Amino acid sequence: MNTSLSKLVGGKEGLVGLAVLAAIIFVVLPLGVDIFRLNLVGKYLTYAFVAVSLVLLWGNGGILSLGQGIFFGLGGYGMAMFMKLEASDPITTKIQTTPGIPDFMDWNQITSLPWFWEPFKSLPLTILIILTIPALFAYLIGFAMFKRRVGGVYFAIITQAIALILSILIVGQQGFTGGVNGITDLKTVWGWDTRNDSAKYILYYLNGFLLFGAILLSKYVLNSKFGMLLLAMRDKEERVRFSGYDVSNFKIFIFCLAAMISAVGGAMFTLQVGFMSPSFVGIVPSIEMVIFCAVGGRASLIGAVYGTLFVNFGKTFFSESYPELWLFIMGGLFIAVVMFFPDGLAGIWAKYSHKLNFFKKKSSVIVAEMPSDITKKDADKKMANDIGVTNIEGAKA
Amino acid sequence: MFGYSMADIGNIMVMQGFSGLSMFTVLLLMALGLAIIFGQMGVINMAHGEFMTIGAYTTVMLSKVATTYGFVNYYFVFAIILAFILAFALGYFIEFIMIRHLYKRPLDTLLATWGLSLVMQQSFRSTFGAKEVSAELPEWMLGSFKPTPDIDIPINGVFVMILALLVTAGVYMFMYRSRWGLRVRATVQNRVMAGAVGINTQKVDRVTFALGCGIAGIAGAAFTTIASTGPTTGTLYIVDSFMVVVFGGAASLMGTIASAFGIAQAQSILQFFMTSSMGKVSTLLVIVGILMMKPEGLFASKLRK
Amino acid sequence: MSNTDFVLAIEDLTVSFDGFKAVDNLTMYIDKNELRVVIGPNGAGKTTVLDLICGKTKSTNGSIKFMNHELTKLSEHEIVREGVGRKFQTPSIYENLSVYQNLEVSYPKGRSVWGSLFFKRTAEVKEQVLKIAEEIMLTNFLDMEAALLSHGQKQWLEIGMLLMQDPQLLMLDEPVAGMSAKERDQTAELLNKISNNRSVLVIEHDMEFVKKIAHKVTVLHQGKILAEGPMDQVQEDEKVIEVYLGH
Repeated sequence: MNTSLSKLVGGKEGLVGLAVLAAIIFVVLPLGVDIFRLNLVGKYLTYAFVAVSLVLLWGNGGILSLGQGIFFGLGGYGMAMFMKLEASDPITTKIQTTPGIPDFMDWNQITSLPWFWEPFKSLPLTILIILTIPALFAYLIGFAMFKRRVGGVYFAIITQAIALILSILIVGQQGFTGGVNGITDLKTVWGWDTRNDSAKYILYYLNGFLLFGAILLSKYVLNSKFGMLLLAMRDKEERVRFSGYDVSNFKIFIFCLAAMISAVGGAMFTLQVGFMSPSFVGIVPSIEMVIFCAVGGRASLIGAVYGTLFVNFGKTFFSESYPELWLFIMGGLFIAVVMFFPDGLAGIWAKYSHKLNFFKKKSSVIVAEMPSDITKKDADKKMANDIGVTNIEGAKA
Repeated sequence: MFGYSMADIGNIMVMQGFSGLSMFTVLLLMALGLAIIFGQMGVINMAHGEFMTIGAYTTVMLSKVATTYGFVNYYFVFAIILAFILAFALGYFIEFIMIRHLYKRPLDTLLATWGLSLVMQQSFRSTFGAKEVSAELPEWMLGSFKPTPDIDIPINGVFVMILALLVTAGVYMFMYRSRWGLRVRATVQNRVMAGAVGINTQKVDRVTFALGCGIAGIAGAAFTTIASTGPTTGTLYIVDSFMVVVFGGAASLMGTIASAFGIAQAQSILQFFMTSSMGKVSTLLVIVGILMMKPEGLFASKLRK
Repeated sequence: MSNTDFVLAIEDLTVSFDGFKAVDNLTMYIDKNELRVVIGPNGAGKTTVLDLICGKTKSTNGSIKFMNHELTKLSEHEIVREGVGRKFQTPSIYENLSVYQNLEVSYPKGRSVWGSLFFKRTAEVKEQVLKIAEEIMLTNFLDMEAALLSHGQKQWLEIGMLLMQDPQLLMLDEPVAGMSAKERDQTAELLNKISNNRSVLVIEHDMEFVKKIAHKVTVLHQGKILAEGPMDQVQEDEKVIEVYLGH
């Protein structure tokens, strides 16, 4: 394995963790569950983008954003606006007062497409917007806050307030945004129907690949000098500053990157689920995504994915069977993770995986699916401290 | 402006201003409790809104009892006291089992208290049902003054405002004029030293946290006079209360009062001229904007670090 | 003010906090390769002077020139990049990183966001880390997590992190606080070696230690300079004796 690739996955240690996750996402789940459930998993995995972004921002950078829903929402709305326009061609909407505009605009007596909807007529422009606007918005927030050294609880509260503002705004401006119902009845992308089973499989895999892309990118960042500085800043910001670094620039960058990753998740959500609404933007979803990350282990990228899946499977199971219990469990989870398992699943894994020979044996099955340039021996050796390597906090504890 | 005459605008300002006063009252009491806790531990209690809800439910329940046994006219005084006691007691307990283990980890406390708020909301729903309930207000609270024919000033609003001012004065006396307050301030400034001179800092923390929660309970009692109570009532006020605390500069009592007043009035008056959501959005935007310019809040002084 | 040969020229420096002047009209010059020690009773404004030079506190009035560059308007990281290094009173190191990483992070390349993303651990970096590690007597601890070092070693590590930046002016706030007698001697030796090719400004309480290292001593009292000169001369100064011993 050449050095740049090794750096990308975080050395051989990281590779096993990635391979196991890849096997689960790309092989086990698609074979094991029907397309309805798989689509649900795909939805959860879009939240994992946000959880991964929080690992960068919060777990490693110590910056708690309670407003990641903003960026997830911006990405999701971007894609939804494109798909809505495609679904609102003049022929389909000919019974409206103004054909050719989205139905909710027509219901709200809007007679022409608002200017900010215009770019979403084009898919390339839409993708460009999804990748840039959330990051740009994060840049503005980050610039204003980090240059003035606002951090910690203050940053958390202000990002939360911005999430609240955005969700109220979306709900309030019904004619432009679809209001509280969001943007619904999304059908096609460039004429390709996203609602049938084959499309759902394709989107699931696309989502999986993008998620892996985000994880690898994050791994690269964390394994570079940047990542080391991020940890250094989390613990001794002053020292970093007095080593000649402009701390605020690093924080702004990681906030923008986190925003971009979250936005991609949002766009994939819209594609797979077929609608977008303000309930994914506001305070509650934003803070829930923090708990996905915390449950997985706040400093572990791979843990974040497991954490997201774990909490969401739990949520689905309990809201189907015991809806009144769910909030108790969710609340209890917040408290328990913070108080007793601050390193989440990754921490538990790092602590107990050494003791379980059982897992070592099992790992050889998984190794068979890995790239051939890794020897079994290496993989077995490293399996023991698999998730722990991305988890600095766990090592300390 | 908006097709109103100057006289109209004057009247609207006065009336919206007085309706803003009720909101001011609730915000002030909420923020006061939050600020005390924030000042003490540097942490925001995300479950603060639910402590308010406890106070509100207490008042509603007591009003039911009062209607049955015929002491509607003066139950409210007991409601305030009981709301305070219950919220205080729960706060004391929560500090003991949860908060004290999380000092030095302010962001984690924030998440844990959010979890607590979810648990509390669901408890309210299981106990009192999902539907909103209102307190029976005594008759003397219902009417309104009419200083001029065009202006209505609701009595309940004036009442809760007086209540808020009394509580604020009480907090001031407690923090700056009592022996306990001295201990609290000493602990905030130098925990180690305070411990060394024999202050039981753990107990100070616990009482301070409980006091903050107790005041939220009073806010809940005040809240019942202006709106009905549901399981998620607290969440409506929590962000606004944060904003008040941060905006006012967390350590300043005057700052908290001034910013509670400013935020409540801005929302109330703007809501008349725009839709209520846009009024809220504009106010929050302005606050966030100002906080970005001046993150330490409006009332902070230069300190030697 | 005209340009000078001094490494550091502080003139008429004043800072007031709500009317209280922590540093009052201070003027002080430091020569090239000089090792200056600032002493003074608690609250004399010693640490504040360091804070002012390195930009942590902004001055109310006056000028600080480093190699004829004005520092008072620069932010902290810019001042560091000019060539000023500062050690804090309590050792400020990255406890979660290894000794090696602590030193590497302080290497003055890849200081921008993009630079750090594409920073490569070159032979040059390694060489520099090893060289500094030897100077601060931590060669055997390179792989150890910094949190596990002794208090004295942490102090050295922080000095080493500053040396990685090769600053022209090194400022140390109580570098031997909490050290054993042996460690103090080793630190004195280290400082004497360091000051061969750079200026060093030290704040210290320990008079024995000061005697071992100081070229010149400045005594601060209530934000003003009380006396300045070689150690033996300052020790004889009546004003200094009065301040230290009281009336």
